[in-house]
Amino acid sequence: MSDERLLTLSSSPHIRDGSSVPKVMHTVVLALVPGAAMGVYLFGMPALVTILLAIASCMGLEAWMQWLTGRKITVFDGSAILTGLLLAMNLPSSAPWWLTIIGSLVAIVIGKHLYGGLGQNIFNPALVARVFLLISWPVQMTSFPSPKALAGADAVSSATPLTAIKMELMSHKANIDITQLPQPSTFDLILGVHGGSLGEVSIIALLIGGLYLLYKKIITWHIPVSFIGTALVFSAIMWLVDPMKYANPIFHVLTGGLILGAFFMATDYVTSPVTNKGMLIFGAGCGFLTILIRLFGGYPEGVSFAILLMNLATPLIDKLVTPSKYGEVKGNG
Amino acid sequence: MQLIKGKGFRGGVHPPDGKELSRAKAVVTLPVPEKVIIPLSQHIGSPAESLVKVGDIVKKGQKIGEAKGFVSVPVHASISGKVTAVANFPHPAGKSLPAIQIESDGLDEWAETVKENPNYKNLSPDKIKSIIQDAGMVGMGGAAFPTHVKLSPPANKKIDTLIINGAECEPYLTADHRLMLEEPTKVLEGAVIVAKALSIKDIFIGIEDNKPDAIKVLADAARSYEGVKIVSLKVMYPQGGEKQLINAVTGKEVPSGGLPMDVGIIVQNVATVAAIYDAVRFGIPLIERIVTVTGSGVKEPGNFRVRIGTSSLKLIEAAHGFKTEIGKVISGGPMMGMTQYTLDVPVVKGMSGLLFFPQSEVKSYTPEACIRCGRCVAVCPMGLLPNMLGIYAELERFEDAEKIGLMDCMECGSCSYVCPSRRPLVHLIRYAKTDVISKRKKAA
Repeated sequence: MSDERLLTLSSSPHIRDGSSVPKVMHTVVLALVPGAAMGVYLFGMPALVTILLAIASCMGLEAWMQWLTGRKITVFDGSAILTGLLLAMNLPSSAPWWLTIIGSLVAIVIGKHLYGGLGQNIFNPALVARVFLLISWPVQMTSFPSPKALAGADAVSSATPLTAIKMELMSHKANIDITQLPQPSTFDLILGVHGGSLGEVSIIALLIGGLYLLYKKIITWHIPVSFIGTALVFSAIMWLVDPMKYANPIFHVLTGGLILGAFFMATDYVTSPVTNKGMLIFGAGCGFLTILIRLFGGYPEGVSFAILLMNLATPLIDKLVTPSKYGEVKGNG
Repeated sequence: MQLIKGKGFRGGVHPPDGKELSRAKAVVTLPVPEKVIIPLSQHIGSPAESLVKVGDIVKKGQKIGEAKGFVSVPVHASISGKVTAVANFPHPAGKSLPAIQIESDGLDEWAETVKENPNYKNLSPDKIKSIIQDAGMVGMGGAAFPTHVKLSPPANKKIDTLIINGAECEPYLTADHRLMLEEPTKVLEGAVIVAKALSIKDIFIGIEDNKPDAIKVLADAARSYEGVKIVSLKVMYPQGGEKQLINAVTGKEVPSGGLPMDVGIIVQNVATVAAIYDAVRFGIPLIERIVTVTGSGVKEPGNFRVRIGTSSLKLIEAAHGFKTEIGKVISGGPMMGMTQYTLDVPVVKGMSGLLFFPQSEVKSYTPEACIRCGRCVAVCPMGLLPNMLGIYAELERFEDAEKIGLMDCMECGSCSYVCPSRRPLVHLIRYAKTDVISKRKKAA
C-alpha cells in the first residue's frame, strides 16, 4: 500500500505536452545553423568569430542582468543564445569586435531586460541592436566583404545588390536603368554568393531552417507567407509600373534580409501577435513596409525597420484582432 | 441507420491516449462490497436529504436520500443491509461531505419498489421523465448534471435532436468504450427512450474513430433502429465536451452563455442512457456504474462494474494493487480529473475512472513568464485568449477577464497542456472564476 501523505494534489490538467521554453529556443537556434554555417563558409573565419563573440557576450550580459535584477539565472534557456546568433547573422562578417559587443549590450540590456526580461520586450532585441548600430556606425555596418568565392585571396568590399540599386536611383542620372547593373545571378542569390550580412545571404540555407521550424510546429505559416506574399505583390506592381526603376519581385524576395526576417525575426513570439489573423496582418505590414522603404526610403534595405514598426503595432493588433468566441457566430437560426 | 463522418470543431489537442492499458479488458463485475458509503451530493445542485438514520434496515434500490429542490436528485442504497452512519466522509470532490454508510447483510435483496415494467415501450413522456428523476439519474460522463433537468426544456424551446456522447475523449478512460462494445442494445434502447420523452426524431451517436470496434458494433446494432445515425469523429480532445460535440456532429454552435436546448439539441452520455434503460424498463435506480481503473501505477488496469459507494480500495484490489509508490490519484481523466487526497474514496455516479500515477510520473513545473507563443489561443476550443485570462487572473483584474470571456471557459485544460512556459492557465482561470461567481452571488 502506498503512503497517502505522498499523494500530490494539483489542479488539472495532469499531463503536459513536453514543450518548454528551452526546447523552443534551441529548435530555433538549430534551424538557424544552416544559414549561419553558409555565412561562415562564404565569409570565412571572421564570420565565425562574430557569431561566437555575439553569442558569448549576449549570454554573459543576460546572466549579469539577471543577477543585477535579482532574478533566476536562466542563461542556458536558449533565448540569449538565440538573440546572440540572430544579432551576428545581421552583422557584416567584418564587424569589429567592439561593434559586436555593443550590439549585444543594446540587444540584451536595452532591448530585453530594461523591459522586464523574457516575454516583456516590445521590440525584437536583435533588431533593436542592428538598427542602433546601423544608425550609429553606418560605415562599419554597411561595408560588406565579398564572399571568398568572388574575392579570391583578398576580401574586397562589395555593395549589396540592394545598395547597388539604391545608388543608381540616387545618382540623379537622366536615364535611370537598374536593369543594366551588374547583379549576381538568381542562382547566386539563392546560394548566397554576394555581399551582405553574414547570415542573411544564403536563401537556400535559410529556407531549409524555416521549413524545419514549420515542420516542428514552432512557427506557423501565417507570418512568413503574408510577409513574403505581400512583398512579392507590392514589388510586382511597382515593377510592372516601371521596370527601369523598380527591381523585379523575385529579386526583392531573394535579396537583403527578407527571408531571414520573414522566417526567423518577424516570427519572434514575444513581439508578434498571438492570433492567426493578427499574424497575417502583422506579416502583411512587414512585407509592405519593407518594399516601401526599399523603393522610396533613404535606406537600401527595409526589413529591420519594417519588423520593428510592426512590433510597435503588435499590442494594437492583439487588442483589435481577437478570435471569434465559440457561440458568438451568427446564423444559428 | 446511417454511418456519417463528424465535422470536427475548432482548436483542441492530441494527448497520448493511454487507452491501450484497458481498452481490451472486458468489464468485470465486482462482488458486492461489505460496506458502501453513499454521498448525499453526487450531482450538480443541492445535496439530497437523508431519509434514513443509523440502525435502519435498507434494501438494494431503496431511496435513502430525497432530492432537495428541482436541481437535485435522490440517492439510493446500492446494497441491502444496515445503516451504520450518517456522517461526513471523504468525497472525490476533495473534501469531507455528508454521506450514508451501509453495511451489507450479504443478501443483496432488492427493494419492493424495483419492478420490471413489461409495458415500458408505451410509457408517456411525462412518466418517463418522472422515472428518470426518481432513479437519481445524472450525467455519467463526469459532470453529473441532473438528467431530468436537461429533459425539461421550457415550452418555447423545441428540441429536435438527441446526441449520445460516446466520444470518450479523455485519455486513459475506456468505460464508455467497453459499454458500447458489450451492451450496444442498452445504449440504443436508452437513447430511444430519451428521444421518446422529448418527441425527438433524430438521434446521433458520436464516437471517436479510435474506437472502430465500437463504431462497428453500434452501427450493426442500430440497423433495426430508425432515425439513429452513428457519427464517426476524428480523434481530438475535447470532442466529448458538450458544445464541441454539438459542433462536430451538427455544425451548430450553442450561443455564448446559452444551453444546447437553445439550438434544439440535448446531449446525453452513453452510460447515462444505458442506465436510463435499466431504470425505465427494470425500475432499477442508478446504483452501479462502470469505472476504468488504470494508469501505470496499478498492476492490472481494467474496467469494473461496481456499486455506487464502493471504496476505491476495492478497485485498487481489483486491479491487483500498486506496482510502485503512487504519487497521484485522479478521479476522472488526466485532462479534467480531480486529484484525491486519500486512497479511500467512494465511487460516485460521475466517476468514470480512477487513474493512478506513480511518483515517477508526477511532475511539478515552475511557471515562467508568458512568451506569447499563441499556442493556447490556437488550441482553445472556445475561441478565448487563455494567455490574457491567465495574466488578468494573476493581476487580479477579474472584471477584465470576465469581459474577454472568462465564464465561457469550460476548463478543458488544452491551454495548460500546450504551454511551453508551463503556466497553470486553468488554475488561474478557476481562481478568477471563483471571484466572479462569489461577486455574482453577493449581488443576487
